Amino acid sequence: MTDFLLLAFLFLIAGVIAVPIASRLGLGSVLGYLIAGILLSPVLALLHVDVISIQHFAEFGVVMMLFLVGLELEPRLLWDMRARLLGLGGLQVGVTAALVAAAAYAFGQVWQVSVAIGLIFALSSTAIVLQTLNEKGLMKSDGGQASFSVLLFQDIAVIPMLAFLPLLALPGLAGSGAAHGGDSHGAEGDHGATLSLVDGLAGWQTALVTLAAIALVIAAGMYLTRPAFRFIAQAHLREIFIAAALTFVIGIALLMTLVGLSPALGTFLAGVVLANSEYRHELESDIDPFRGLLLGLFFMTVGAGIDFGLLGRETMLILGLTVGVMALKAGVLFALARIFKVRDEQGWLFGMGLAQAGEFGFVLISFAAASSVLPPDIAPRLTLIVTLSMMLTPLLFIAYEKLVLPRFEDAEPREADEITAPSHIIIAGHGRFGSVVNRMLLSAGHETTVLDHNAEMLERLRAFGVRAFYGDATRPDLLHAAGIEQAKVLVIAIDDRHRATEMVRYVTEHHPHVHITARAMDRNHVYELWGAGCRDIIRDTFDSAVRTGRSVYEALGTHAFEAERAARAFVDENQRTLRELAGLYDPDIPNHKNDAYRERAKELLEEQAQQIRARGRGAFHERSERGWTPPSPADVKAAADSQGS
Amino acid sequence: MARLLHIFAHPGRATSRVNLSMWRAAQGIDGIDSLDLYSTYPRYAIDIEKEQQRLVDHDVLVLQFPLFWYSAPALVKEWIDLTFEHGFAYGQGGDRLRGKQMMLAVTAGGPQDAYSHQGYQHFELRTFLTPFEQTARLSQMTFLAPYVQFGALKEDPAPHARGFADLLRALRDDRLDLSRAQQAQFLTHDTLPLTEGAPT
Repeated sequence: MTDFLLLAFLFLIAGVIAVPIASRLGLGSVLGYLIAGILLSPVLALLHVDVISIQHFAEFGVVMMLFLVGLELEPRLLWDMRARLLGLGGLQVGVTAALVAAAAYAFGQVWQVSVAIGLIFALSSTAIVLQTLNEKGLMKSDGGQASFSVLLFQDIAVIPMLAFLPLLALPGLAGSGAAHGGDSHGAEGDHGATLSLVDGLAGWQTALVTLAAIALVIAAGMYLTRPAFRFIAQAHLREIFIAAALTFVIGIALLMTLVGLSPALGTFLAGVVLANSEYRHELESDIDPFRGLLLGLFFMTVGAGIDFGLLGRETMLILGLTVGVMALKAGVLFALARIFKVRDEQGWLFGMGLAQAGEFGFVLISFAAASSVLPPDIAPRLTLIVTLSMMLTPLLFIAYEKLVLPRFEDAEPREADEITAPSHIIIAGHGRFGSVVNRMLLSAGHETTVLDHNAEMLERLRAFGVRAFYGDATRPDLLHAAGIEQAKVLVIAIDDRHRATEMVRYVTEHHPHVHITARAMDRNHVYELWGAGCRDIIRDTFDSAVRTGRSVYEALGTHAFEAERAARAFVDENQRTLRELAGLYDPDIPNHKNDAYRERAKELLEEQAQQIRARGRGAFHERSERGWTPPSPADVKAAADSQGS
Repeated sequence: MARLLHIFAHPGRATSRVNLSMWRAAQGIDGIDSLDLYSTYPRYAIDIEKEQQRLVDHDVLVLQFPLFWYSAPALVKEWIDLTFEHGFAYGQGGDRLRGKQMMLAVTAGGPQDAYSHQGYQHFELRTFLTPFEQTARLSQMTFLAPYVQFGALKEDPAPHARGFADLLRALRDDRLDLSRAQQAQFLTHDTLPLTEGAPT
């Protein structure tokens, strides 16, 4: 227990200190984590910590990240990407593997080892690249999309590579490694082969089981999750929902592992299937902290895993090879960018961003070593090269920003980037109030994102094509997932008045660009919302009450237009007193104990009473009386007299 | 019997003398349709289809309103703007009002002699009403001389109101001499050009 706490504390404190500093210096979080890992490595060595096994655990962050990426990607978008996914991704892996293998062969390796090295370096780091692209907001750019296509293809390509590697086994090394060819890859790495559904099955049976597993993931995503999540949502316990989300992701990863598929691929698919679900934003904000922490841990283990002894002994060779591999990869990427028309700075982003080797490289190395493909002296050197190339990637991103981007900013203006604009209006709360607002906005052709925590109602809404999502709209992370950064307007129509006020406070502070239109429950709530920074406040029952009053006027025989004017005058008068008293309102004192408020309210009432006494009519009557009033006969006479004189 | 539509518009009913008397006088007449525009559309949400159908269903339109700043109250303008649509009242296919008659019944605060080049209103009353006259012409309607009460703030409203009722009945029964009504500058309660026949 102490060990565990110590270890957790060490990793956390290292991250907590290093990452903010790195971010402040503009280095990005990934480099911060890597440096934290390096700084931590002597301590870890002293404690005899098995960094590699922690790394395998932390790799699950990649799985979660792919799930989140899938959530962002609707099936239609994935289908639109198919040309790039297969063409760009396939060529990148194929050409890079061939060139690296050729180079290794030229350096005197036997062809089996050369091919294995080629495969290892063909892969890039999904973790670093996606994390960095997300952090810099480049995911939606052309270069970001191309990078994502390639990374996704690589994640898929790892599986056949793992099947293929044992065939390269060197006769001289056979027997030293006992791993089985059907070993799963990925997060579990070389210690995940304990359970398998496909062991000992014939090829076609394996294929069948595999296909069934994928079908199961898609079917479960489409048909099972909704009722399941709804059932869980009814408990209104957030931690249970988080537990369910984790269960879902881990379950899919487990299933994929059991049939020998990439867990990252499985969760990615599940994410895509759920991209249209009302639980999307809730899942996103629930899984995201885990993803962030695990990836951070993963980056730290990469940093901590550097073998400084080896690096010290063969500095020039290792560094040279690292730079060589990265240059070669970048060359291939630039060529592909040209062919696939990823232009200008986007091409640079693509080429520089993906030039590193990746975490799947570690998996392939350890697997290849265990399968007697790589001689024992080569594997640690390869691991070091992969690590160093990952370490250099954040620096390349910085170089991209500082050196490449400025060159293109001066260039003639290009056509605007294709940004798929998300909805610009968020409606928090879709009850009897919010739903009317939503229908009005939709009927005017606007796109809205609806947040509500009533699962059954959401299901009905989605049946009518409303973009509605499950979740507590007052949570900042859910607002973030719903795109508050891009939102123009936020409509607050939730039932809980205090949370509505808190929401106003949070959004005005953190997202001042968002116009907030808030529903107030009553007069005091108006004051609270105003105090929290909202400047567009609508009292929810006030308008309908005024209409009711007007209706009664009419029923009593008042002319419809007079009733309308009287109602308007009443509203004016009411708002005047509301404003008068707003300055005196104190949230900490009930109004009837607030002396200043009480006094002024009494004065206003007295004013109204006087007016009623004076004219025998309502206080606001005078206001409704102006307009279309001809001069009195006395006035007419006076005017005529003055003209005559 | 002509199908007669009487539209009344006054936003300040409470202060109206003449117009309200006219409105009340019109209420007792059988066989005509009377509409209080401000009561029907207190929030200006005019139902265009309904109003166009109303016009189609009648032969004679009498628009009754007080003159405010040399024109009609805002809702009358809104009603005309929305109802006299292109393709309905004018323009291509816009002949649905052809052959119908339009008559204004207006009250003016100033005395009759003010509405002349020498008077303080500087223009003839008919000059101020030319927008309505041309609206009728473009809609292929006949524009009859307006029924006017000058000095509406001072005069006794009763004779004018009775005259208005006579006018409406005459229009209903085709007893108004249209050629004279067209040629006159304006009509008053004691100058109604009725054809021969016993008044009802």
